[in-house]
Amino acid sequence: MPIDPVLAAYSDDLYLGAVAVYVIAMFLHAFEFVGNRKPMRAKTLVATSGDEVTGSTDETPGPAERVGRTRSDKCGRMGVSVTIVGLLLHVAAIVLRGFATERWPLGNMYEFTSAICLAAVVCWLVVLRRSPSLRPVGAFVLPPVLILMFLGGTVLYANAAPVVPALQSYWLAIHVTTVTIASGLLMVAGVASILYLLVKAGKAGRLAAKLPGVDALDRLAYRVTVVGFPIYTFAVIAGAIWAESAWGRFWGWDPKETVAFVAWVVYAAYLHARATSGWRTTGAPWINVVGFATIVFNLFFINMVVAGLHSYAGLS
Amino acid sequence: MSSPPTAPPKAPAPESEGRPPRQSAVRRVLALLRNTWRGLTSMRTALILLFLLALAALPGALLPQRSLNQQLVDQYFADYPTLAPILDKGGFFDIFATPWFAAVYLLLMISLIGCLVPRNLDFVRAMRSDPVATPRNLARLPHHAAATVDEEPDAVLARVRTLLGGNRFRAWQRAERDEAAGVRTVSAEKGRLREAGNLVFHLSLVGLLVGLALGKLFGYEGQVIVLSGGNQFCNSSILGYDSFRAGLRVDGTELEPFCVRVDDFSAEYLANGQPDLYRAQIGYQSAEDVEAGDTTQWKPYDLQVNHPLRLDGARVYLLGHGYAPRFTVTWPDGQQRTGQIQWRPVDMTTMLSEGATKFERPGVTDPAQRQNSQIAVTGLFAPTSSGGQVITSVYPDLRNPQVAVDVLRGDLGLDDGRGQSIFSVDQAQVDSGALARVARANLLPGQSVTLDDGTQVRFDDVTPWVSLQVSHDPGQETVLIFAILLLAGLGVSLAVKRRRFWVRVVPTGDGRSEVRLGGLARTDQAGYGEEFDRLRVAILGEDHAFQEPADPAHQPESSGTPKPGEPTGSTDRGDT
Ligand code: HEM
Repeated sequence: MPIDPVLAAYSDDLYLGAVAVYVIAMFLHAFEFVGNRKPMRAKTLVATSGDEVTGSTDETPGPAERVGRTRSDKCGRMGVSVTIVGLLLHVAAIVLRGFATERWPLGNMYEFTSAICLAAVVCWLVVLRRSPSLRPVGAFVLPPVLILMFLGGTVLYANAAPVVPALQSYWLAIHVTTVTIASGLLMVAGVASILYLLVKAGKAGRLAAKLPGVDALDRLAYRVTVVGFPIYTFAVIAGAIWAESAWGRFWGWDPKETVAFVAWVVYAAYLHARATSGWRTTGAPWINVVGFATIVFNLFFINMVVAGLHSYAGLS
Repeated sequence: MSSPPTAPPKAPAPESEGRPPRQSAVRRVLALLRNTWRGLTSMRTALILLFLLALAALPGALLPQRSLNQQLVDQYFADYPTLAPILDKGGFFDIFATPWFAAVYLLLMISLIGCLVPRNLDFVRAMRSDPVATPRNLARLPHHAAATVDEEPDAVLARVRTLLGGNRFRAWQRAERDEAAGVRTVSAEKGRLREAGNLVFHLSLVGLLVGLALGKLFGYEGQVIVLSGGNQFCNSSILGYDSFRAGLRVDGTELEPFCVRVDDFSAEYLANGQPDLYRAQIGYQSAEDVEAGDTTQWKPYDLQVNHPLRLDGARVYLLGHGYAPRFTVTWPDGQQRTGQIQWRPVDMTTMLSEGATKFERPGVTDPAQRQNSQIAVTGLFAPTSSGGQVITSVYPDLRNPQVAVDVLRGDLGLDDGRGQSIFSVDQAQVDSGALARVARANLLPGQSVTLDDGTQVRFDDVTPWVSLQVSHDPGQETVLIFAILLLAGLGVSLAVKRRRFWVRVVPTGDGRSEVRLGGLARTDQAGYGEEFDRLRVAILGEDHAFQEPADPAHQPESSGTPKPGEPTGSTDRGDT
């Protein structure tokens, strides 16, 4: 399988471009938090129209935001548009990488870190479409994406190359794609839970004024987890099926498998906590954060520090 | 798996007391049992056990495990001489086989079953009964609204019926009831499938464990190295394997007696030496062929990584490969011996290999003399040699094979009863002088080196070998089936929203009706607020929102977990 160096180089450029554009989007989102924190013009408009004043408290940007376009509001909207531009570049980078290597572009850590970020951004935009009032959360979704993409482009970067025989299977596409999608979703859920904990503990300070209320954050975390968790479950099962044909056993408590199991159990605990009295609002968000930490741990620590059968990191 | 501590703590012996206390003791025991059982099957216990399970599995990833890599465990003992033995006592190097790990998951399973059986019964009961009657005071529900509409009750009810009808999957289960004074109610419920999904999911976990146990009991796994070029391996006994891991109930007498012949092995590499394809052309005879005495035909198969040979009950995998150089020793009296045995790769990227091919001089009967005339050819093999004095390998494929060998002569120490590695000579024999180096040479295929006594050692050629793994796991299908069920159950239970909706229509007497609505999401499912609002608007009209003063404790948008004291019918959760 030959590598097309020109396409590979374009792919790298697009990746850099996506990072740059996401940085801009992040700053635009951050501007949303500075300056006219209390949209005066909007407030008066609502007050004169006379209804539903109760609906727009400081914590929930309600109809007030929709009526008056403050500068902060504009920044937020631009942030979303710019994020979409970044997303397009990001998709192009991944697709070109696939063409350059003539294989599914998820063969080493650089590639799947990139794909996880893509999944997170897509998930975020879908969430936003359904609940536009969550927009300010974008300022907190982008930083972890950027951190991962930065690490991916530097420490983890691997030149475009074919993969070893063990990875030449359509299960690579099935298993790794679903793992990355699930990880991306669970990342968004984790961010929501962290924000929930910060706001609830009063640690968010003045940011809290712009953020959605704790209930909305909690709901965001739950709804995204509820989609991410079955995908993750599927990915683990697909991995087991693949392991059966590649390594001769479907489950062998390889370090990667073990931590995947741990993460799965943690998310099961999260869903249980949601249905256990006394845990729903206090314990559950913590468990969700621990769950995502476990996934990140599995991605980095296990790939880079603990050697196992899954040592396809592409680092040398 | 020793017995998990499921038994409740011992109660005081009843005999030691008088009559009345004895009775109370029995009662106390019963109460204790009941409480233990309730505690064990509560949601909170399940949560704690899940945590424990996650925590218990974690060392399995952080510490080296014997089942994966004994060498890393030995290394750990060398690095941490005080800590390692302590950890070892706790089973930390075999986490997944320790009694305490088993205790956690068995407790979880017991808790699961204890939690599910009552739920199961409840579920069946609920499936057969109508949605619960409309609560007296709908305003106390998390979602509620009321308004007076310009329609007769009949018309309102007709509208509600169409609204809650629809196709089979979207329809609500409904029951209409009449109350006093012409008041009529509709109770509707949706998402009973969720409960079914949840049950399927949890029961699949039990099934999964059963499948795993089957594998642990009756499965086996063995590795064997076979030289290519027509050599055979038959799965007739454990002895045929280089290493073998037997299930608890496998004694090696009932292996599937199939045979495999390795005809050819080829590997393709990229220019940088990265492997691209491994392929072993094999022939095989299935167990039925062998049992039917049909042992002349070999069915061809292309064995590759990711493409195991699947025979009835056993699978054959291509795990690895290497090289076996062939040497011929010609003694001065003209006698010849040819030896070929696998050498092991020491560098996986260049396949530089090391090994020791050992010879006994034929026709020597005197034991003492025999022991002093043994020969070992040891050293390095490079599939693509760098050339020069000190050779190394620069590429994994057979482009320019060369060996760098030491020829040792003397007593190999094969007869002293200690096993020795097939890849090296016994260093103790060298140190004691019983085995001495008599030649050193770099040889290309066909080249030979002559020893001081005229003995010739020739490097003939090289044959690849493959390492095969044979696996048998009778629980595998069970596990797969339950994994699929588990996923389906999970998907259903997380996607289906379980909710209730009530309508009470009170005739006002002037051709109009007062309509009260109530809604309750019976599971932790955010988003009922919007759906309820849609129904409210459809029934009452847009401008009739929240006519009734809302209870300030209820946020209309909240995800609507039932509050204690709410009419929720059967208990939805394990904890009450
Ligand atoms: C092996 C251990 C277990 C695992 C991995 C597990 C996993 C899960 C998961 C992923 C869910 C959410 C999906 C769903 O609603 O179907 C769930 C829900 C649930 N589990 Fe478990 N579970 C386990 C054991 C138990 C036990 C022991 C109990 C009983 C005490 C239990 C009771 C429940 C209940 C009542 C729900 C429904 C929660 C709701 O209504 O949202 N589970 N479980």
